[in-house]
Amino acid sequence: MKESTPRTAVSILAAPTIWIRPTRGWGFANLRELWRNRELIYFFIWRDVKVRYKQTLLGAGWAILKPSLGMVIFTVVFAGLADLSTDGVPPPVFYFSGLLPWVLFQDGVTKAGNSLVASSNLITKVYFPRMAIPVALVIAGLVDFVLSFVVLLGMVAFYQMPVTPAASLLPLFVGLAILAAMGVGLWLAALNVYYRDVGYVMPFMLQAWLYASPVVYSTTMIPSGIAGVLYGLNPMAGAVQGFRWAVTGVGAPPIEMLLSSLLVGLFLLVSGVLVFRRMERVFADIV
Amino acid sequence: MTDTVIQVEQLGKRYRIGGTPGGYQTLRDSIASLGSRLTRRGPAESGDTIWAVRHISFGVERGEVLGIIGRNGAGKSTLLKLLSRVTEPTEGQARIDGRIGALLEVGTGFHPELTGRENVYLNGAILGMKRAEIDRKFDEIIEFAEVERFVDTPVKRYSSGMYLRLAFGVAAHLEPEILIVDEVLAVGDAEFQRKCLGKMNDVAQEGRTVLFVSHNMSAILRLTERCLVLDRGRIAMQGPTAEAVDFYMTAGDVATGERRWSDEAGTAADSPFRPIALRVIGPRGRIAERVASVEPITVEFEYQLRIEMTGLRVGLYFSTSRGERLFTSFDTDASEDYTHWTTRPAGRYMSRCQIPANLLNGGTFVLGVNASAFRIRSYFTEERALTINVDATGAPGSHWPEPRGGPLRPGLVWEIRGVDDP
Repeated sequence: MKESTPRTAVSILAAPTIWIRPTRGWGFANLRELWRNRELIYFFIWRDVKVRYKQTLLGAGWAILKPSLGMVIFTVVFAGLADLSTDGVPPPVFYFSGLLPWVLFQDGVTKAGNSLVASSNLITKVYFPRMAIPVALVIAGLVDFVLSFVVLLGMVAFYQMPVTPAASLLPLFVGLAILAAMGVGLWLAALNVYYRDVGYVMPFMLQAWLYASPVVYSTTMIPSGIAGVLYGLNPMAGAVQGFRWAVTGVGAPPIEMLLSSLLVGLFLLVSGVLVFRRMERVFADIV
Repeated sequence: MTDTVIQVEQLGKRYRIGGTPGGYQTLRDSIASLGSRLTRRGPAESGDTIWAVRHISFGVERGEVLGIIGRNGAGKSTLLKLLSRVTEPTEGQARIDGRIGALLEVGTGFHPELTGRENVYLNGAILGMKRAEIDRKFDEIIEFAEVERFVDTPVKRYSSGMYLRLAFGVAAHLEPEILIVDEVLAVGDAEFQRKCLGKMNDVAQEGRTVLFVSHNMSAILRLTERCLVLDRGRIAMQGPTAEAVDFYMTAGDVATGERRWSDEAGTAADSPFRPIALRVIGPRGRIAERVASVEPITVEFEYQLRIEMTGLRVGLYFSTSRGERLFTSFDTDASEDYTHWTTRPAGRYMSRCQIPANLLNGGTFVLGVNASAFRIRSYFTEERALTINVDATGAPGSHWPEPRGGPLRPGLVWEIRGVDDP
């Protein structure tokens, strides 16, 4: 039967062997596989940005408009009507610099959390590391972030604010926001496949989280010591306050708060990856 | 040297059924079932589960084109999903040497807002291609898809034909060592199908392995050397394609002589047409499992209409055991019947026809039935309702004891006469 098949000499050496068998228990992310698929992650990022900018009238304008509108509202309500302290920073800069890492986190969590359900047609048809989708969507938020960061730099220049050594820590705080967004995003993405309630809960959770983070107020209102550590359990506390401090040079976050934010952020990421991996094997069956 | 690229051993996949039809749950369901789950632990829920496939073992050699056939729900798609790693098996294992490219549904991952060019790159990446590879193959893909003029147009403006060709083009040019193709040929026009079959043939000629799932028996016969026949999640048979197709078309639970349909419940609205029985009647008026080709064969189809129907036609599909359709005939094909039976009141009916003597060759044939209103609604279809064994003893030309090729062996009227030289 086989004699009739014309065969060409194909190198077998290059062919990787794949084993298909049931997996059990917990396992950490197959980071090597994720790395092999880095181009796919890149294409997912590129698709998200491209489609979003193509479909909307203002395109990239929304990246700037979104935190700007938030800034205007906060300036009128909290600085104007409620007369809340902004640590002596001009209110627009105070709110805008607080909103940037927050929007990065909020958009990342929202998009990652809905990503698997939204890509169900892909997940049930083709194999690829599923983690590529939520990871790409969180990173895609950086494009918007960079655009509005340029606006923030303009505002800092306008108010002639000095650049302090704290500015060198900027990447750390942006990284912390990304870390937290990925951790929470992976948790919610996996849970959303099982429980569609997650999609409904997310907006409320994020709204509460916004006020639990120092976006409209400063952590200088929080007593230091054990209260700071407890407050820092919210990883966005460290990220938002730190980012604002790095930009304006005012309101340094206490070190114990920063550390607890960082640790919780790492914990969220590691546990998110574990939960995601654990649930990943049945995504295609139930999504 | 054996060069097995796919080795499947005792592969099985169990799905949970019932309770949550959509698969996912809401928190409310989980909280509600928490109590019962705490009290009875372990895999006691076997009553709610179903094995989509089980005890699947087979091997595929390099360069082989393997067909997978079976009815709907036989487990073909589940098997392909397991092999393409979309879902994990519950038991067993499979070893695969080489990169797999799965073409499960044409255009999966295409984004309507993106242009043809952008979608080729995105789709290629999803299917596992490196960017450099896509660069190299880009012109070829575009040429295959015949969309040169529209590469920078969003695919939402494409015709469905362009869309299909582009999607198939990306997958077919992926150059995986193993290509999995599931029913792509069910969509698209004849030209598209011809093109895809040609491309798949090329892929096989290059020594790559192809797993091909289709309901199109002539495509299976043309492209594959060997087939698996799946039936209710198990391998019912595996062997050379001709034998496998013959087995699929005739064996299993396909009746001979008479086929009766059980009286299943259903409302008049959702199943107004209820099949009762399909029979093959021999010359002496009895149900026959084996008929002679030299005698006329009567086929009768009994059915019930629960409501009055307009424009109904009831007919037969007559196919060879290899799945090739020989002819289709409806009870209102004759114009006087067509005008007389424009409406049929509710009640029991029998549509009967006679297949003339000296038409069929010896062999096994497959009868299917269809009841439909042309371009309005198909009420009932069963492609393989009954098989007929035809004995060609005494057929025209029997004095030469030689096999005659072809499914038909008609007694034609020949005229022989001498012609004078002018």
